[in-house]
Amino acid sequence: MSDPTVTIEEAITALPAAAARQRPRGWRVYWRRLRRRPAALVGTIIFAVFLFLAACGPWVAPYDYQAQDAKVRLHSPTVAHPFGTDQFGRDVLSRIIVGTRNIFLIGGFGTLVAVVIGTAIGLASGYVGGAGDEVVMRLLDVLLSFPSLLLALVLLSTVGPSNLNLVFVVAVLYIPMVARVVRSMVLDLKSKEFVEAARVRGETRSYILFREILPNSLPPLLVEASMRFSYSIFLVASLGYLGLGVQPPSPDWGLQIYDGRNFLQIAPWTLLFPAGTIAVLVVSTNLMSDGLRQVMLPGGGRN
Amino acid sequence: MLRFILRRLGFMVLGVILASIIIFWATTVLPGDVATMVLGRYATDQARTQLRHELGLDKPIAVQYTHWLGNYAKGDWGNSPSTDTAVRPLVFERLRNSFRLAVIAFAMYVPLGILLGLVAALRKNTWADNVISVGSLAFIGLPEFVSGVVLITIFAIELHWLPAQSAIDPRSSYAAALPYLILPAITVALTSLAYVVRMTRSSTVDVLQMDYVRTANLKGLAPRRVLFTHVLRNSLLPTITVVAIGIGWLIGGLIVTESVYGYPGIGRLLLFAITHRDLQLIQATALLLVIIYVVANLVADILYAVLNPRIRYT
Amino acid sequence: MGTPDPYSPPSVAPRPVFEVEGLHIDYATEAGVLHAVRDVSLAVRRHESFGLVGESGSGKSTLAMGAIRYLASNGRVTDGSVRLNGVELLSLAPKELRALWGSRIGVVYQSPLSALNPSIVIGRQLAEVARQHLGMNQSAARERVAEMLTKVAMPDPEAVMKRYPHQLSGGMLQRCVIAMALMTDPSLLVMDEPTTALDVTTQAVVLDLVSELKREFDSAILYITHDLGVITKICDRVGVMYAGEFMEQAPLRELFKAPLHPYTLDLLGCVPHFDPSPQKRSLVTIPGSIPRVDELPPGCIFAPRCTFAEDACRAAPPPLEQRGEDHLSACRRWQIVPPPREHLRAATEALTTAGVAAGDRPTLVEVDDVQVHFKAAHGLLRNRQQRFIRAVDGVSLDVRSGETLGIVGESGSGKTTVARAIIGLTPATGGRISLRGRRLEPSTGRRPRSSLREIQMVFQNPDASLNPTRSVGDAIMRPLTLLSGLSRQAARDKAKALLRAVSLPESYFGRLPHELSGGEKQRVAIARAFAAEPELILCDEPISSLDVSVQGSLMNLLMRLQLEQNTSYVFISHDLSAVQHLSDVIAVVYLGRIMELGDAVRVLTPPFHPYTEALLSAVPLADPDVKQKPIRLSGSVPSAVDVPSGCRFHPRCPRFLGDLCVQHEPPWREGEGDHRISCHIPLHELSRLQAETLVLAAEKGGA
Repeated sequence: MSDPTVTIEEAITALPAAAARQRPRGWRVYWRRLRRRPAALVGTIIFAVFLFLAACGPWVAPYDYQAQDAKVRLHSPTVAHPFGTDQFGRDVLSRIIVGTRNIFLIGGFGTLVAVVIGTAIGLASGYVGGAGDEVVMRLLDVLLSFPSLLLALVLLSTVGPSNLNLVFVVAVLYIPMVARVVRSMVLDLKSKEFVEAARVRGETRSYILFREILPNSLPPLLVEASMRFSYSIFLVASLGYLGLGVQPPSPDWGLQIYDGRNFLQIAPWTLLFPAGTIAVLVVSTNLMSDGLRQVMLPGGGRN
Repeated sequence: MLRFILRRLGFMVLGVILASIIIFWATTVLPGDVATMVLGRYATDQARTQLRHELGLDKPIAVQYTHWLGNYAKGDWGNSPSTDTAVRPLVFERLRNSFRLAVIAFAMYVPLGILLGLVAALRKNTWADNVISVGSLAFIGLPEFVSGVVLITIFAIELHWLPAQSAIDPRSSYAAALPYLILPAITVALTSLAYVVRMTRSSTVDVLQMDYVRTANLKGLAPRRVLFTHVLRNSLLPTITVVAIGIGWLIGGLIVTESVYGYPGIGRLLLFAITHRDLQLIQATALLLVIIYVVANLVADILYAVLNPRIRYT
Repeated sequence: MGTPDPYSPPSVAPRPVFEVEGLHIDYATEAGVLHAVRDVSLAVRRHESFGLVGESGSGKSTLAMGAIRYLASNGRVTDGSVRLNGVELLSLAPKELRALWGSRIGVVYQSPLSALNPSIVIGRQLAEVARQHLGMNQSAARERVAEMLTKVAMPDPEAVMKRYPHQLSGGMLQRCVIAMALMTDPSLLVMDEPTTALDVTTQAVVLDLVSELKREFDSAILYITHDLGVITKICDRVGVMYAGEFMEQAPLRELFKAPLHPYTLDLLGCVPHFDPSPQKRSLVTIPGSIPRVDELPPGCIFAPRCTFAEDACRAAPPPLEQRGEDHLSACRRWQIVPPPREHLRAATEALTTAGVAAGDRPTLVEVDDVQVHFKAAHGLLRNRQQRFIRAVDGVSLDVRSGETLGIVGESGSGKTTVARAIIGLTPATGGRISLRGRRLEPSTGRRPRSSLREIQMVFQNPDASLNPTRSVGDAIMRPLTLLSGLSRQAARDKAKALLRAVSLPESYFGRLPHELSGGEKQRVAIARAFAAEPELILCDEPISSLDVSVQGSLMNLLMRLQLEQNTSYVFISHDLSAVQHLSDVIAVVYLGRIMELGDAVRVLTPPFHPYTEALLSAVPLADPDVKQKPIRLSGSVPSAVDVPSGCRFHPRCPRFLGDLCVQHEPPWREGEGDHRISCHIPLHELSRLQAETLVLAAEKGGA
């Protein structure tokens, strides 16, 4: 039933030099481990597909996402319009494909900003420590005391929804978590002997932070970034549904669903396809993140 | 222990105050001229000045803030311009509705989440675990409006088992509201369920690898006894914290779900306030939700400290 | 102590309680199936204690756990037979197995704190066994628990039963675990490194206890350890394992005095012998390293590293066979295996250490009344007074050029903190540290580069000593470019030379740390420390976490480098054997103060400070003929926040005088040379009381 911990290390033994030569290095190990996890692999592939759509959306989409065609309003899926059309005669598939770009751009940039700023804060605060660290962490904790969507709404309700503001909101929301993760890595690494060896050599603070600590924080950071991106999709789509996301006529998935809610009974495809797409992207990003976590943190990173 | 509780309490109060500053800043300082927003662009200067004076907006910000916070603490939450009613009774009425919804959802996802998490951990790497793990991973990021729409389509539109919308009278009794609560509760519960499942599985897997579980097994105790007496006691402790954090998700989930179903709860109220730029309402509602979340975390922390002998003694 | 229990000669021997025959255990891993344990057989009789000795990868824990059928989910017993009291364990159903586990088999393993459930009081956890297997009700179980706790010499059993594990010390917890294991008077007691996590003095108490219990209870004991000294205290027979197989099995004394396998012989030579004379010898180095179980050499698995191997050895693996009375060996050439003393002389060399001319060397580093006090969290409501953790509380010592100062102490002694204060990682809060007469800033960040170059450090944990993302070459080059100011090319050449100096192949230059073994990583750390040619290297428990054979070769390396470079060492360890082997001067620390300081020879011969005396008598020596006076300390090290008044050792001192020790700090008693002891008892008195040496070697001229 339970898993007794008999030391497997004993069985695997100390590595002599010769045998070590056969061990693959760095990223190839990760790739090999990922290949063994079908769920994570599928997730990563699907994510890659979406990434491609985000990059090349407008050129791949069969129709112009804005093109209205009164003749084909609310048509159910056909060969010409595989996902059907909405109340303005716009092709749902094209709108979904182009909408990918918005989600990725806003979510992506927001996450990127959050990661950069959060990492900077986490590194500085964790390494310097002391009273400053306490104060910074308390302030970040305040941000964390808001349920995410609530904070987003409060901020957006006043500055108004625009693409730039959305990026800003996503970033503000996720900086505390990234900072926390980085800070805890820094605290853990700070007491490791190789960092002390660096201090004993007289390395400068910035050298230690950027050449000793940061490179060793990358795996958990990457995992965290990927998880944040996944949550940002959730957030941006939800905001879109609530009318505070990307503004029309830009094809925001959440907004598409909101617009289509009146047609749920007569033309469900206007809702279900965007909903399904969100579901697929979210699931695959989650599978990918979790796969990354398992692959890069074999000790078992915590959520 | 007392020291621990007092410290936490202190930080909680501090946190709420700082949060209120953020809320106040975001709603009052950022937007620009409130008077213009309320009265419209064509209002006269005089009318605007008068409104500003009435709303106390011509005083310095710090004074405005303390004035507002003081009133809030006393229970005077002002008047909502868009509904022209007192804010507090309105908020509490909607809060009560949301609470009913939350309670049902909570009763669904907490026990079920813990159970599934345990099963997944105990049957680690079997098909049961894989299904549960992948399933929870899938649901964890699914926005409520997606799952809501799907649920409505299946259960309301195709099967006609439950009503598709829940835009009932805000003052309805619990019994009358019940059928309208089921689909929304399931919708809200799904995301939080996934979260609780993952956390429970993870903490139980950790505990199962601990030496003292090995000791318990080698004492020849029956597996059931090992599970209940040794494993659960230690793996459920972190679950308390997890559930508390999950309440944050719950609150966010409520906002979206109530919008999907048209349910008259505090989430919909907040959205209404936002679209109508009703600052008093926004401030009051947002701060209340933050307080609820923070208090929930405090209670969880205290409970954890009380139940964990390592903290209780020393 | 150390004499084996007499048992009947083989012809009328009772049936062994625990028999293992031809056992094979496999592990399924990402890298394929590993044959962790191969064709292993052993037998243990009632009242007998069988010591299972081996280094990492030997499979000793796997064997024990596999034999009682408690393996991880990817482990499997693929062949063989295990019988307990005649019952075949391998074919039992889970339910029957569980019945055996609690009642006929008791298990004690390494870390007592993690072995007990942190959320349940001790009494209840122990009572569980009585209720489950002895069919007792609650009150009867409680009585039984109290009875057992008394047997393991727990003070105040009733109070202990109401405590949670985290409220007790390591030694007390381990005694509880032993009590729990013996509660049902099991036929077999498996003990897997039960004292490794304990202090030396605590370990001695627990070992005494186990010896006593061995006589009182009927159990057959399977005692697993890597420590050859501990074996001599407990075991009647010993089996030596290597990479999953038995190399030798013999009665205790025979194994140590007349081993019949080269591996055993070499292993015995890797352990420093206790010898206070200044004439040191190097230790035996076993070339190569332990093979992985999936890359075993053909023929005898030890052949590639064996001094006596021939071609025939490499052709086919020799079976484990009886070579003498009750003595089994897996070596074809067992007859030519020389006695240990001869081998030692042949395989090692004499070293001229600095100790010979110690007095003449100039002082390099002076530590003058250094204190390191940390603020402890103070009470919020009651005593507002600031409390301090007095980790180092007034330590003064000198390090002379080219010599080794060994600092020995147990946990909480502050020995590591002293080193960290010298190097500036943990700044001293009081006192003065000088390098060549010039005062050093307490914190490393404020010291000039020149002093940083002169003092370097080798750390305890080899896995954390090297930056995982940096190659070995980079790690060694960095101090060369930074501190020595060499150009990249010059640094690269020097780094390669350093690799050679620590006996690592040049091909390691581009390797990443995770590709190296623990011993290899520590060599790189040593190379890195020596890179900028420092005057002083602080070694903080550098070998404690490594295998016995690796420890031996690293100690040799350290000594060789010291002679070549004329570097001083401060060598910190809890391992008294290692300290006495390497050091010219020894300081014995307790709770932040030095108790005794002086030349190694003087410190290790009487008169001793009572604490030194207790330490020396507690260290298990790898020689079954040696007798050690049992001087035991009661209680455990007090916390550094509440340092006892007067002489801080008085609560535990076996030679406690009375009020004098409680109220007044002891003066320094000066002996010969620079020997000092901090004690109220005058030196001549101590000499008289400690007249016989602690350690009686059976024959002189040993080691």
